[in-house]
Amino acid sequence: MKISVETREATSRLTTLLSSILSIGLALCVAAIIFMGYRVNPLEAYRRILLSAFGSLHGFSETIVKAIPLMVCAAGLALAFRAKLWNIGAEGQLILGAISSSWVALTFPDSPSFLLIPSMFGLSFLFGSIWGLVPGLLRVKFGTQVAITSLMMNYVAAKILEYLVYGPWKGPAEWGFPQTSKFSISAQLPRLAQTRIHYPTLLFGIIFSIFLHIIVSKSRFGFEVRATGENPQAARYAGMEFFKIAIITMLVSGGLAGVAGFGEVAGIQLRLRMGISPGYGYTAIIVAWLSRLNSLLVIPVSLLFGGLLVGGDAIQLMGLPFAAVDLFNGLILLFVVSGEFLNKHKIKVKY
Amino acid sequence: MNAVEMKGITKRFPNVLANDHVDFRVASGEIHALLGENGAGKTTLMNILFGLYKPDEGYILLRGRKVTLRSPKDAIKLGIGMVHQHFKLVETNTVAENIALCLQIDDLKRPLKFLRLLQNPLNDVENHIQDLSNKYDLNVDPKAKIWQLSLGEQQRVEIIKTLFQGANVLILDEPTSVLTPGEVEELFNTLRTITDEGHAVVFISHKLEEVLKISDRVTVLRNGRVMASLSTSETDKEELARLMVGREVLFRLEKKQRTRSEPVLEVKNLEALSDKGRLALKNLTFKVYSGEILGIAGVSGNGQKELAEVITGLRNTEKGKINILGVDVTESSPMTILNQGTAHIPEERIKMGIVPNMSVSENLVLRRYNQHPFSKGFWLDADIINQYSEQLINEYNIVTPSTKTPVKLLSGGNIQKLILARETSWNPKLIIASHPTYGLDVGATEQIRQLLLEQREKGAAILLISEDLNEILSLSDRIIVMFNGEFFGEMLAETANIEKIGLMMAGVKT
Repeated sequence: MKISVETREATSRLTTLLSSILSIGLALCVAAIIFMGYRVNPLEAYRRILLSAFGSLHGFSETIVKAIPLMVCAAGLALAFRAKLWNIGAEGQLILGAISSSWVALTFPDSPSFLLIPSMFGLSFLFGSIWGLVPGLLRVKFGTQVAITSLMMNYVAAKILEYLVYGPWKGPAEWGFPQTSKFSISAQLPRLAQTRIHYPTLLFGIIFSIFLHIIVSKSRFGFEVRATGENPQAARYAGMEFFKIAIITMLVSGGLAGVAGFGEVAGIQLRLRMGISPGYGYTAIIVAWLSRLNSLLVIPVSLLFGGLLVGGDAIQLMGLPFAAVDLFNGLILLFVVSGEFLNKHKIKVKY
Repeated sequence: MNAVEMKGITKRFPNVLANDHVDFRVASGEIHALLGENGAGKTTLMNILFGLYKPDEGYILLRGRKVTLRSPKDAIKLGIGMVHQHFKLVETNTVAENIALCLQIDDLKRPLKFLRLLQNPLNDVENHIQDLSNKYDLNVDPKAKIWQLSLGEQQRVEIIKTLFQGANVLILDEPTSVLTPGEVEELFNTLRTITDEGHAVVFISHKLEEVLKISDRVTVLRNGRVMASLSTSETDKEELARLMVGREVLFRLEKKQRTRSEPVLEVKNLEALSDKGRLALKNLTFKVYSGEILGIAGVSGNGQKELAEVITGLRNTEKGKINILGVDVTESSPMTILNQGTAHIPEERIKMGIVPNMSVSENLVLRRYNQHPFSKGFWLDADIINQYSEQLINEYNIVTPSTKTPVKLLSGGNIQKLILARETSWNPKLIIASHPTYGLDVGATEQIRQLLLEQREKGAAILLISEDLNEILSLSDRIIVMFNGEFFGEMLAETANIEKIGLMMAGVKT
């Protein structure tokens, strides 16, 4: 018997969609086996996830709350991944955005909202993009792998956050918790009715996802990004400058992750603290992949993953660790990436 | 006695009928050419004979006996050997080690008697190689490392490998594509010696001249079907071309007298390094004039790639100056040089010339996407790009299902036509053309050469880099031979001497 791998000539949209659904299905099956190991009925667990995430108005609003940072990060990541720049550093870029906007909020608590909010937003984008620029520059100057350098930058960001909230920025009236004082009202983002949905960030996420999709498919810059990602040698031959493309995509994806961090501190936590992100920057990688790097698809897919995070809280009550959600995310990524391989290749078995 | 007889072979691939009831017969002691354009089904047929594919219909007789070939292992056991277009040798090992690699364990153990345990079993392999090398006059040193050998020598190692395994039917897939004219001559002598011993040789090719020169019989394939099986002495170039392409083919290219005028490209004392940091271009000085084709003959790997890349801004210069239309473009960006009116038909057409996953229309504007009217400010104009693509597809006869098709689905000839269309449709001042027809079939080759001549008439200066001497001779006005990063013997095409060029290509200074 001989097993050989052949390149598939064309992949139809239907196969792509089917393989996405199949990867989620397979992840559900494998996770079910593990759930059973915890003596939890997997069907019951999935029912509770669905119910808590999408079954009630409150649940759904929480799903949207979790989807916001995922959407904002993943839209940028989809762009960077198009250029084959594997930015794994959205988590760190998000933290830098949170830190820099918190600095504004804490330093000028008495300024009016119309000054505070835009400057928090601007600074979060700036610092997120600086955090993205470092791996980008290292890549174009020294050829280092973005995946590795951007990942390492995450740890640096986490340590800076830890230092600030345990040290100089620790709020005096916070009972010793590692967090800053609460932001003044003017530094808080408005929320929708009784929910925690900070709608300015949500709107920003949706608009930017659509905008980036148009940029990638219709603009000159998008053409350059796609050509560079698909065949860097041909892009260079066509006169495109890798330097420019790498820097811009890393700036944009870093900046967007920074804005997600701003949304978290100004819209949800209302202060800077440890654990402002339960790994949004990492989950966003999966969102971007499952969206096939199409930032328009990022919008629904981030809702799906937001629901999963909400549902994760619910299954904890059944005796499963919260890590079960991470496990599930990991399984989906694994199946999506291997499904991607099957989309592009055929496996033939000869006797 | 037929060494091999293939009967009614049919092989289907998704969407393609690669072989359609093919009958193919090779007699012992004959050199049988399998002629056809790219995609005609030659390699598929031979892969079936070598056990790589199983036919959907039909059967194979070997010396009159019906055989089933499940894998190349079966084929080798039955005495069929194949030399692939791309050699399968381990560069850092010696000839003997490479051949030992292909032997079955039993073959190696057999001479290993108890008392000879201390002796290196490779000695036997080496001795046997030496015997074969002497017998067939192959001149192969069993102790030489593969990386030290020229491509011609490596090919002889592959031939010895098949003979070592006891082959008496030898299949050679496009064997001359990597050889210099001199090496081709040597290969032909070797093949004669092999057939004189009673072996049969199948020679896959799409080059008419060599088929006429070396083969005893020729079978022509087109679209997976046998068009004819003829005795070579009873046919001629025109008939074979017609059978192969399906229409009359012009061999004489109409070349008008050139009117030499202004120099377009001026290169002075140019030096550049290869990827490995070796000096690849050594003090080159030359000019290319408007309305002329300067042919650079030479075997690949003698600095041609570096030369094309330095001129187009893809590689740094170490020393020297490059002027295009009087403007110094030394060390300029690829974009600047492009905007100076330079078209570039790159050597590696898939790796560099196109973005395989992007559409035909996107690839047609790959190097002009940022110019008016394709680009309006920040945005691309998809409608205009599409119209423009339709126009080029018609003008240049590019066969594609639509403008939206990913270009990787096109055939090699159509990909090259697309590149030519993109590079010449805007009447460039300078064209750097590297191996423009390499690996293409007769029809596409003819069209592409015609296109280059048209550009020459429109006044473009063309630097033509090619290994194909026929191409160089029929297109160029002036010819220079490149060897080891240096230029030899500039000559006018009318007075060029093919033997002399061949010798210079092999590094013999005359």
